[in-house]
Amino acid sequence: METALRRPGDAMASPGAGALAVALDDVSISFAIKGRPVFKAVAPTSLHVGDGEFVAIVGPTGCGKSTLLNATAGLLKPAGGRVSIFGEPLAGLNAKAGYLFQQDALMPWKTALDNVAIALEIGGTRRAEALAQGREWLGRVGLARFTDRYPHELSGGQRKRVALAQVLVRDPKILLMDEPFGPLDAQTRQIMGTLLLRLWARDRKAVMFVTHDLEEAIALSDRVVIMSAGPEARIIGDFPIDLARPRDTADIRLDPRFHQLHREIWNQLKAEVVKTYGEEMP
Amino acid sequence: MKLHPAKLLFLQVLVAVIALAIWQIGATVPIGGDYLLPEFFFSKPWDVLSRVVQLFVSGTIWKHLWITLTETVLAFVIGSAGGVVIGFWFARKPVVAAVFDPYVKMFNALPRVVLAPIFMLWLGLGIWSKVALGVTLVFFIVFFNVYQGVKEVSPVVLANARMMGMSERQLFRNVYWPSAMSWMFSSLHTAVGFALVGAVVGEYLGSSAGLGYLIHQAEGVFDVTGVFAGMFILAAFVLVIDWFVTRVERRLLVWRPQAASEQN
Repeated sequence: METALRRPGDAMASPGAGALAVALDDVSISFAIKGRPVFKAVAPTSLHVGDGEFVAIVGPTGCGKSTLLNATAGLLKPAGGRVSIFGEPLAGLNAKAGYLFQQDALMPWKTALDNVAIALEIGGTRRAEALAQGREWLGRVGLARFTDRYPHELSGGQRKRVALAQVLVRDPKILLMDEPFGPLDAQTRQIMGTLLLRLWARDRKAVMFVTHDLEEAIALSDRVVIMSAGPEARIIGDFPIDLARPRDTADIRLDPRFHQLHREIWNQLKAEVVKTYGEEMP
Repeated sequence: MKLHPAKLLFLQVLVAVIALAIWQIGATVPIGGDYLLPEFFFSKPWDVLSRVVQLFVSGTIWKHLWITLTETVLAFVIGSAGGVVIGFWFARKPVVAAVFDPYVKMFNALPRVVLAPIFMLWLGLGIWSKVALGVTLVFFIVFFNVYQGVKEVSPVVLANARMMGMSERQLFRNVYWPSAMSWMFSSLHTAVGFALVGAVVGEYLGSSAGLGYLIHQAEGVFDVTGVFAGMFILAAFVLVIDWFVTRVERRLLVWRPQAASEQN
């Protein structure tokens, strides 16, 4: 499987054309819990994400894919290895990245509009300007009529849209997404996926999209990376997805090429996934 | 089962009428040669009412109400301010919290009424000894709530705010503060109630003005009518304050889901 990965070092390029947005080199992650042996969540792993590339990371629940994302965000310090963002080693929080969390992360005491505007205001944008941009982004995610609602007055899907606007309004160069549509129902997930692709196509940010849903991964991404079950999770597969863009996440599932890719990846994964999910999978 | 508002009001008034009727009859109609509620100990509803009216008409009550209100507000403001500051400090500095923990528990376990004589010794018979008593009551309620509010900030909301690039100060303003406030306001009724308890108990134990003083004076001369009139005014006063607090609360916590009323 190692051969499917781009070798570390082949793109230690200076920032500029062709620079890697994210370079994880031999990154390993461990958790120390008092009174227990150190838990090695992720074995030394390398993953490179090019600028403008949409990479989906798929793996069974609890395999450490979110951990890898948190290391890229700077929320978590890896036990070993290097994290580079556009060629620069990452120190502290990743200021170039926007993070869309799985759980609700909106401030419940702020309206939808204020939740989006605050993302700009803390960077020093004047309030009037921040509000104007906030309105624009809420319009883009289809919530123009809901700007004055508080999060508890919105549905789960609508809250995700606000969160998406909140992340994108800052125009981050890298988008980190941790099973963002996980809690939503199947229809809403597809609508959100299509919305995400439409917004992403505007300026093609680098995306790391964590999911446990292989179909969602194929439908959205340029590349699907597969992680093994933990502990000591590692990357066991890396597949380019050559489906044409723009895509509609619902329609693309009817495409013969989609099925071919799905079958190819699935055949290689079966053993790993069955190991984790046990009897639940066919 | 839900009652029609008019019917509900009727039943509520009915309860008052029946209670007052029993009181009136017990105090004025001898049953078997004995009064069920002797006037000396229980007074009479009509006497109490006319005393209340008289207190308002003569204007003597205003001074006492004003004193009690002042003490309550001061106790609430000072106690809350202290609770917010110390609550934040302890929540953000676990070492400080750990060091002071036994002493906080000790003070909180102490029935605050026993502090009243000390405060009177230190601060005299004026309003400040009552304010101090109220402060010791309000402080702990607000302190515990703010401490909890800061501790219980959702880690995801916090991580999200950090990823947005918030500095410590911005986190304080946009995340910790609103979270702590929501906890504090949820205890607003209790805190205001305790501020009033501190004021009235303090007055009762030694003062020259206030509702507690009024009741204490009446009791001192076996003026039961005066005691009941004082209690009646105190209860009405609490209702007014509570209504005001509810208004403030609604205004400040618009962002919070209403428990069940909006669920359908």
